[in-house]
Amino acid sequence: MKFSEEWLREWVSPQLDTQALADQITMAGLEVDAVVPVAAAFDGVVVAEVLEKIQHPDADKLNVCRVEDGSGESVQVVCGAPNVAVGQKVPFARVGAILPGDFKIRRATLRGQESRGMICSASELGLEEETSAGILELPADAPVGEDFRDWMGLSDHTIEVDLTPNRGDCLSLKGMAREVGVLNRLAVTWPDVQPVTATHDEIFSVRVEDAELCPRYVGRLIKGVDVTAETPLWMVERLRRSAIRSIDPVVDVTNYVMLELGQPLHAFDLANLHGAVVVRLARVGEQLVLLDGQKVTLTDGTLVIADERGPLAIAGVMGGEHSGVGAETRDIFLESAFFAPLAVAGQARRYGLHTDASHRFERGVDAELAREAAERATRLLLQITGGEPGPLVEVASREYLPAEQRVYLRATRLEQALGKALPTEEVTEILQRLGMAVDVDDQGWQAVAPSWRFDIVIEEDLIEEVARIHGYNRLPVRRPQARLALRPDHEAHTPLGRLRRQMVARGFYEAVTYSFVAPELQGALLPEAVSPVLANPISADLSVMRASLFPGLVRALEHNLNRQQTRVRLFETGLVFRGELDDLQQLPMLGALVCGSREPEGWSAKRETVDFFDLKGDLESLLAMGGEPDAWRFEPAEHSALHPGQCARILHRGEEAGWIGTLHPAVRARLGLKLDVVLFEVRLDTLTHGHVPAFTPLSRFPEVRRDLAFLVDEHLPVQALLDTLRGQAGEWLTESRLFDVYQGKGVPEGRKSVALGLTWQHPSRTLNDEEINQLVDAIITESRQHLGAELRG
Amino acid sequence: MDHLPTLVAEARQAIQAAETIPALEELRVRYLGKKGEITALLKGLGKLSAAERPAAGERINQAKQALAEELEGRRAALEKAALEQRLSAERLDVTLPGRNQIDGGLHPVTRTLERIEGLFTRIGYDVAVGPEIEDDYHNFEALNIPAHHPARGMADTFYFDATRLLRTHTSPVQVRTMKEGKLPIRIVCPGRVYRSDSDLTHTPMFHQVEGLLVDEDVSFADLKGTIEDFLHAFFERDDLSVRFRPSYFPFTEPSAEVDIQCVMCSGKGCRVCSHSGWLEVMGCGMVHPEVFRHAGIDTDRYTGFAFGMGAERLAMLRYGVNDLRMFFDNDLRFLRQFA
Repeated sequence: MKFSEEWLREWVSPQLDTQALADQITMAGLEVDAVVPVAAAFDGVVVAEVLEKIQHPDADKLNVCRVEDGSGESVQVVCGAPNVAVGQKVPFARVGAILPGDFKIRRATLRGQESRGMICSASELGLEEETSAGILELPADAPVGEDFRDWMGLSDHTIEVDLTPNRGDCLSLKGMAREVGVLNRLAVTWPDVQPVTATHDEIFSVRVEDAELCPRYVGRLIKGVDVTAETPLWMVERLRRSAIRSIDPVVDVTNYVMLELGQPLHAFDLANLHGAVVVRLARVGEQLVLLDGQKVTLTDGTLVIADERGPLAIAGVMGGEHSGVGAETRDIFLESAFFAPLAVAGQARRYGLHTDASHRFERGVDAELAREAAERATRLLLQITGGEPGPLVEVASREYLPAEQRVYLRATRLEQALGKALPTEEVTEILQRLGMAVDVDDQGWQAVAPSWRFDIVIEEDLIEEVARIHGYNRLPVRRPQARLALRPDHEAHTPLGRLRRQMVARGFYEAVTYSFVAPELQGALLPEAVSPVLANPISADLSVMRASLFPGLVRALEHNLNRQQTRVRLFETGLVFRGELDDLQQLPMLGALVCGSREPEGWSAKRETVDFFDLKGDLESLLAMGGEPDAWRFEPAEHSALHPGQCARILHRGEEAGWIGTLHPAVRARLGLKLDVVLFEVRLDTLTHGHVPAFTPLSRFPEVRRDLAFLVDEHLPVQALLDTLRGQAGEWLTESRLFDVYQGKGVPEGRKSVALGLTWQHPSRTLNDEEINQLVDAIITESRQHLGAELRG
Repeated sequence: MDHLPTLVAEARQAIQAAETIPALEELRVRYLGKKGEITALLKGLGKLSAAERPAAGERINQAKQALAEELEGRRAALEKAALEQRLSAERLDVTLPGRNQIDGGLHPVTRTLERIEGLFTRIGYDVAVGPEIEDDYHNFEALNIPAHHPARGMADTFYFDATRLLRTHTSPVQVRTMKEGKLPIRIVCPGRVYRSDSDLTHTPMFHQVEGLLVDEDVSFADLKGTIEDFLHAFFERDDLSVRFRPSYFPFTEPSAEVDIQCVMCSGKGCRVCSHSGWLEVMGCGMVHPEVFRHAGIDTDRYTGFAFGMGAERLAMLRYGVNDLRMFFDNDLRFLRQFA
């Protein structure tokens, strides 16, 4: 909400400068977002009167005027505005004046005519954003010669307050003044709102069908208004300083009263009302063209103002175009109603609207304000547009009007909550200043919330108010006390932090990518993936939840490759989202990507690029942290994003835990990547799952080692050979090492040589050659029979 | 015998002229070996008379001794030279960098989150996490934000359908923890949160850490103490001014925004603090009784406080990052600065 400081000070004016006032308001919980001068800097402009206007002899569109600017002699000035007229009071920039934008007014000659100054438009003075159509006309009583800035009160500021939703009561000058009064212990001068005396007794009947949603409806017929009348400059100015544009006097008055008192008002053109005003719920399918020209189809649950023919306005949100006040309007029906917050809440958003009225009604408008506001608006309208007011019509249902809120504040609770006992008198006084009726007893305070405070319902609301007015920063500070209880620590669990650090130690940088990705990218990598799709994404390329960490990592790779970062090693941890909403898994994963040279560029590095086994080594270093290497296996498998011959499914205890592989060349080409990329992702729960070490006594007996080299089919996974070998090697095998894999000279085409070092050791005796030979024979036989492996001579 | 001095002189000259250990060895054999020239002189002593023999023997032995020393000296010199030459040849440029994989680095958000978690876990808080696709109940309802509450407009929510959404804060984790019913509760909840907002100062995803403490006799004073301690510890500045500004969150009451004296200009006023000297860094408050009611916690016995902060915001202030969006570009030139 934006308002003029000067307007506020008319009601209550503490001895504080602008900044101090803004700070005080902020520290009371009504955050001041901005304090902006209401006019740009200018100087040397005075009120002047146009004495004479003669057509410029050599320019059709210019006039040569003489103005009286209070200096004693009249000044000749050339003016191009179409609306300049003799007798007008105008803002006049004298020679030497400086207008906004550091524009200096100099003596000039325009097509042979001397011009000593400038008659200004509103936009030239920075009072209007768009270029004004003509000069700014001032009221007839504007005093000639007076400094324009002073006369207009342009040293004023617009204060913008960002109000929290609980403080709807401050969405008006009245509310702000009330609050400033409370903070400064000052009385507030309220504007005089005496009821208007009706000059006729015609009414327009009002029928409220849903009293729960509209507990009070006040209306008045005003006949014979002159809508073509000018809204007075002071009102236009106040509206402008509150960021509201002047439209016509009727709309301006309703806006003005809304700003002043907080009551949204609406004026209907009586000529377009038929029968009676009916406040009811919309019927499904009813249509209405709103004031903004938008045609909406109403749904049930929307409260409307209708007449006998159909809906006229969405109650508390926006009026209809057809029934609105226009240039032809003669008689108006003024509405000042209290709609229950629930009647309006959500309605504006449902139709894509947000209006000053809905903003206020959603938060709660003082239910006792409707009559006062109607009287105030009538009085202002009569001053500006003239007209004949009828009597006020009021339809109210006591049972649905907000109940008086009686809240009890226990002294013990207040002390406990704030960590300090406040003097009884101070608490009483704070509550009273806030407009509450207070009864004090020896246990605490019985408070009755004022009608404008919708947010005072429970004891905590009072505690907050007391704390707020007393001052949060004057309340004590202490440290919470707690019992020193040890908490469990699971040694088998590898914390995520350690996994991250392991990746860092292996040269990876941690990435954080968005959890939503472009559907095209995810589709290119994981055409089969199903993951939730946002109904209202911020943009199409951030619209589908990631089913894998791959899309984000690939995107981050692209970002870096495009910036000449050619060696990229990234990892990320985070959730991936798999499945439909009703069958959704949100799985924490750790993923990594490498691209570029194996080693950082350096004096000793070989210029080799990374491959599958580089990243597999990195992954294995993570897997090793759990201390259970045998829990993991890699099996050849196919994955849509990965090279079919360079891809493995990662199994943890036989269950799929993730994937590792080289990015599929076709996918890579589609993504426009020129270099090989290797990626993995693994479920985090399998990585953090580890064991507590269990000691095995060291054997005192000698180890026996045998090296075996087999020739096997080149496509045989080494894992198969290792499995066979371990199956035959007996229980005393302590280690099997793969120390060579070779293809080439000396090995037949289509075969590879695999060399293994096997070590046995018995815990309690020396193993003899014979038993080892038997085991080796069994290994050789089994490998030959099942894998076609021959021992290499 | 009279040629002994000549022989010794010749030998000395030859030894000094020898350039290698084998050449030296050759000279040793030539003069002192079994068939060597000095050895031959000793063998010839027998031809002398008994009277001449001792003196002559002594002279020859002295010569032998002298040559042996000469040989040894020369050998030592040659060996020393050879070692020096080897050492010289093996000289490395020790200023060359070591041969290694260069360490990577943690993301600055992780670094910040870990730091915040560390500060709290060290005094007895636990870390709690939860799902990011949440339902309306845990993200709003249970936090005293019913449908149509104006506060729903405070957070622009990403929806999947009518009830499922991306969490707008990590508060649902607090709800879930409270519902478990184990009291007292001391948790911090770090994690990703989402709001449909994207401009210079907003990204649609960011990270929060929220904290919750529920126990008997917890007061606003405890909240103030915790927040002040935390901010002093996080920024490592015990003199950092902290102020509490009344505010509104549906799930806490009383509620406060927390401002710190601007860490960029020490409160003098600069672009970062919009020339106010203050920076808004957190929100906090006492847990609203309605939230306790949803969680089934006895509001007569228990009170509590909650607080929440944006990790990126704190990281920006701590490390001087001036563009929020940098956190999600994953530009290596950016990430390297936090290694």
